[in-house]
Amino acid sequence: MTSKESILAAIQANKPDLLPLPEQPEFPYDNNLTEQFRQSLALNGGEAREAKSFNDVTDYLETHFRNSQMIVSLSEKVSGNFDVNMADDPRELEHVELAILEGEWGVAENAAIWLPEEKLHHRALPFIAQHLIVLLKKDRLLGNMHEVYTRINVEGPGYGVFIAGPSKTADIEQSLVIGAHGPRSMTVFLMD
Amino acid sequence: MKAAPTHAAAAAEFLKDSERSHWHDETLWHVRSKRDVSAQKIPEWEQLRTLASQIKDHVLSNLDNLLLQFEKKAQANGIEVLWAKDAQEHNEHVLRILEENQVKQLVKSKSILTEECGLNHFLEDKGYDVVDTDLGERIIQFNKQVPSHIVMPAIHLKKKEIGDIFHEHLGTDAGADDPKYLTEAARQHLRQKFIQAHAAITGVNFGIAETGGFVVCTNEGNADMGTHLADIHIACMGIEKLIPRAADLGVYLRLLARSATGQSITNYTSHFHRPRKGKKMYLILVDNGRTKQLGREDFRNSLKCIRCGACMNTCPIYRRSSGFSYNSTVPGPIGSILSPGMDLNKHSTLPFASTLCGSCSDVCPVKINIHEQLYKWRQVITKEGPPQVSKRWAMRFGGQVMSKPRLFELMGKMARKSLSISPRGFVYNSFNAWGKHRELPEVPKETFKDWYRKNRNHDK
Repeated sequence: MTSKESILAAIQANKPDLLPLPEQPEFPYDNNLTEQFRQSLALNGGEAREAKSFNDVTDYLETHFRNSQMIVSLSEKVSGNFDVNMADDPRELEHVELAILEGEWGVAENAAIWLPEEKLHHRALPFIAQHLIVLLKKDRLLGNMHEVYTRINVEGPGYGVFIAGPSKTADIEQSLVIGAHGPRSMTVFLMD
Repeated sequence: MKAAPTHAAAAAEFLKDSERSHWHDETLWHVRSKRDVSAQKIPEWEQLRTLASQIKDHVLSNLDNLLLQFEKKAQANGIEVLWAKDAQEHNEHVLRILEENQVKQLVKSKSILTEECGLNHFLEDKGYDVVDTDLGERIIQFNKQVPSHIVMPAIHLKKKEIGDIFHEHLGTDAGADDPKYLTEAARQHLRQKFIQAHAAITGVNFGIAETGGFVVCTNEGNADMGTHLADIHIACMGIEKLIPRAADLGVYLRLLARSATGQSITNYTSHFHRPRKGKKMYLILVDNGRTKQLGREDFRNSLKCIRCGACMNTCPIYRRSSGFSYNSTVPGPIGSILSPGMDLNKHSTLPFASTLCGSCSDVCPVKINIHEQLYKWRQVITKEGPPQVSKRWAMRFGGQVMSKPRLFELMGKMARKSLSISPRGFVYNSFNAWGKHRELPEVPKETFKDWYRKNRNHDK
């Protein structure tokens, strides 16, 4: 008997009678999604900014990332200075200073932003970059996790991730430190 | 083989350093308080817990079919699925994959399952340098320890000690103990390991039967750094980690991080369905005693656990005795009901490491009746476990006294008299475990029965 067969046989011998699978729930949520998202992101160590146009984003970059050597932007409206197509191997992204990505959906209750593989170019990009900016249209904000799972197809992309803040740890005496392995900051622009 | 120390003996060791045990207690209680704040923000919290429990009820009652569905979808998506009856087979699968792919360098993110299987030691014996990349795990790996908590592996160490460990292994400044400085040193050190790694090993938080994919949650992003840079991804999953539908993640992700640390969600929740182009992804499904636990009606529910650690943070025993006192991969209340099923003799004192206050069951996001199972394990252990001579004699004596009212009355009278006249050293000594850190209550002058006899006559 293979291990698979013996495990399955043991389950069949030991499992209880079939119990029903409950229906998926729907729960009401707060209407002020922008404000709730902003607060949630702050708790996760990130910062949300409201932007009327892409000029606001460009202004922000001019102030905060003017001298950055390696900015990758996957947004057509905002320009970076490194073409991600130049990197065949994700290890070549090691020195990326800033990655600018476009989020697909945002969840107000926890600031999780859904980023399927096609929005990342390299799966490693939002992790290996020193800083992360995500652009998200305000009309892509949803209330809670139940909502977002009705909108996305998790198996469509080979990989997809909810990112809800910068890389962080509290493994030393429970002191919060931002920038464990990945981005040292995460800024989300909520676009009109 | 040396017998495992009892929980009480190991706890006594930890309690010798009263400052540290006090700090440990307060720190974990603080995490528990954050959990409360976070849970109370969700009006439907209790409904979510019920749903999470019911979904797992279904999973456990249909596990064989769901596993087959899961495997079929995963294989169709290009994931190689392997099955392991026990820890040994799991470790051998990993070794074979590493050998077949000529992997030299590997990184690992947190996985309680691989701890349970002793994977690190197994691979180190074969000459591999296994690099744990979760900061807490890297710290204890340097310190040659195992995790003392499933979510906060290095919670038993103070920053001063971590500073010393990093000074020795990473060359940080002697005496430096600023968490930010130490974390930065680990970041630089581990970045190099990520860049060099050929393979990345991760655990699995949830396997999705209908899509054949799996989800990994971290705050540091270390699982992603590892898997997206390396050519080989090996994911190790206990068979009970399955959920039927992707939409069920909505329920579990709302509960998991809030229960664990009070966060609304971990900063990274990664859904893996297919390997990167030209790369390989393996998934090992591990039994290692889970199907046996499934067959124990009283203890089956323990398999619903999603490893949030809330029961540890709330437990008055865990907080004061620390994870090591349990001498079990999963410590705390949930470990005390899981581990006896794996090795009843080794873990026979764990179900007694509880006040049965029920706080663990109250905070459990999947509503495992932990304290009731602790009580049930006690009954099993008293019948089948190793003999506890002093306890048996005490119980027999107590039973004799309590079954004979006259003897009970006489013994009570004698105890009241002798306690009030005995010198302190006679009462508080090594035979009186109860009196170690506590005072006995004041001896009453009369029994209730005496009092009642007197006062009933008054009323008439």
